[in-house]
Amino acid sequence: MTTTEQVEADQQAGVVIDAAGLHYRDLNRRVRELVAAGETALTLRNVRGQRYIGDGLTGKDVRITIHGVPGGDLAAFMDGPTLEVFGNGQDAACNTMNDGRVIIHGHAGDALGYGMRGGSLFVRGDAGYRVGIHMKAYKTQIPAVVIGGCVGDFFGEYMAGGMLVVLGLDRKPGQRLVGGYLASGIHGGEIFLRATPDALPRAPYLSSEPVSADGLKALTPRLRAFADAFRLDADELLAGPFTRLTPISHRPFAAKYAPA
Amino acid sequence: MQGHTPFDLTARTLSGCGLSAMMSRRGHSVNGEAIIRSIGLLRERGNGLGGGFAVYGCYPHYAEEFAFHLMYYTPRAQEETERYLDEHFELVHEEHIPTRPVEGVDPSTAPALRRYFLHPKPLKLAESMLPTAEDYVLRAVMEINVRLDGAYVFSSGKNMGAFKAVGSADQVGRFYRLEEYQGYIWIAHDRFPTNTPGWWGGAHPFTLLDFAVVHNGEISSYGINKRYLEQFGYQCTLRTDTEVMAYLLDLLLRRHQLPVDVACTVMAAPFWRDIDALAERDPEKAELYRALRMVYAGALVNGPFAIVFGHRRGMVGLNDRIKLRPLVAAEKDDWVLLSSEESGILEMCPDPDRIWAPRGGEPTIVELDADVFPAVPSAVTRADFGPLAPQETTR
Repeated sequence: MTTTEQVEADQQAGVVIDAAGLHYRDLNRRVRELVAAGETALTLRNVRGQRYIGDGLTGKDVRITIHGVPGGDLAAFMDGPTLEVFGNGQDAACNTMNDGRVIIHGHAGDALGYGMRGGSLFVRGDAGYRVGIHMKAYKTQIPAVVIGGCVGDFFGEYMAGGMLVVLGLDRKPGQRLVGGYLASGIHGGEIFLRATPDALPRAPYLSSEPVSADGLKALTPRLRAFADAFRLDADELLAGPFTRLTPISHRPFAAKYAPA
Repeated sequence: MQGHTPFDLTARTLSGCGLSAMMSRRGHSVNGEAIIRSIGLLRERGNGLGGGFAVYGCYPHYAEEFAFHLMYYTPRAQEETERYLDEHFELVHEEHIPTRPVEGVDPSTAPALRRYFLHPKPLKLAESMLPTAEDYVLRAVMEINVRLDGAYVFSSGKNMGAFKAVGSADQVGRFYRLEEYQGYIWIAHDRFPTNTPGWWGGAHPFTLLDFAVVHNGEISSYGINKRYLEQFGYQCTLRTDTEVMAYLLDLLLRRHQLPVDVACTVMAAPFWRDIDALAERDPEKAELYRALRMVYAGALVNGPFAIVFGHRRGMVGLNDRIKLRPLVAAEKDDWVLLSSEESGILEMCPDPDRIWAPRGGEPTIVELDADVFPAVPSAVTRADFGPLAPQETTR
């Protein structure tokens, strides 16, 4: 590395915190203090299981690079910053997140994007159960979760708005793209799965169709951003095929407990 | 309710619980250092009201004796229990369980802790008409726990031991000096009591004979399971739902000799709708699932759970059917690691060969290689039942 490259790398890394052995309260206090003092670039090294990183943090220009495995509730209630994880994620990342970007270069756990209301979450590998449940949208606040690999059961359960995407990259033999109970109780939003409709489970509450030109228009910017984040070929991803799933009813349980 | 177990019924807190486990398929032993660090990293999942460990292979000098760990809340409890043990067992060795003072483990709440290496008196065993020494031990454990006020057997297996207390799990590990023990299976639990009191007997693991179980979650079928077990002579005395799982394991694996994957299918039985779907592909297997659900309806464990249980030949990780509690698994050479969180695994092994999230209801079964422990007969076998679903989700 030349001196100039080293200077640039240092500038990108910004303030470096060694998180080895740090309790999450101490780590997050330092992060909040530095951001409050105007720092926009932070690098956290040796992160291992510390919870709540980036929670409630604001500032569109704040960028935090995380090396290791951050703990639960990463970026919960976050409103603007970008978090990039070089490692795997755990459970409940982007819980009720309002805005910003979270990029996870490995796999991630259960309940990602719970009640998410804006911004985007990109996971390069697989994700667990209950991803994107209770996601919602309002006018220009449209959250998106893009999973590069496969997901477990209850994907998009009770989804009310926003966009969920599963790409199924690097699938192992026999591995399902999505698990059981897909989008049960969904009443808003849209799900894009990189597969043909006949290869996917059917449900009476889901409308399932090959993606239209309009649908692709909504998907394209999110996929390009995903491809950028992981240095993948966007055109190859966009070639699909994609199936778009949407709810048949906005009140799927209207007649369940009382006569319609 | 018994008299000498101080606890506060109003002490309720929010749910959590952490668990970590490690096992060498080759039977290689390590000390408790790594497991203490792992469960310590998950400390946020507990709240200081209970921690504990199970270790297999820790008593090689008394490997053929039953190792009883006792908690005594009064001197009288000890007197009565020792009289009972003298009458029914041949005592090979007894001693205090060594501990050290540790911050977080309050000596004023601590019962007296003693261990006894023993086996049934042959004449008594013959008189009892019970089929095996294990059944004799089972009856003794129940009698002490039910009848002798303030005395609790919290470990009764061979060449294994449970160690538990009120405190955070890593503190409990240091309290019991577990870095001085060696074992080929280590199972740890940090407790966050929700519906039941945080007292010494209520910490995990729960054990009976060689079976030890730790649990994150809650068992909404506790009443059904408890009444079912009472028909087979098991008495629940420890006021925590997880206790039923230890006895279910003994019933299913040892007494009924179900293969371990079949026993897991009993406890986390597939939904009827999934069995119906399976019937189209594999009617015979679907019929077996139906039969198991009907015969063992009382042993179905309902509610959210992640558990790890141990037995002499191995350990098993198991989730409820829809994975309402976290469990991550990993492999490194001959070691298999389980934890509530990936970070807990990395604390035991920073560079696993493979790391994955088991599916709900599908057990992660780890066993000693056949050449390592060939001489030890075990009730625990595996039917190679195969997964319910044709595909797996890994991550």
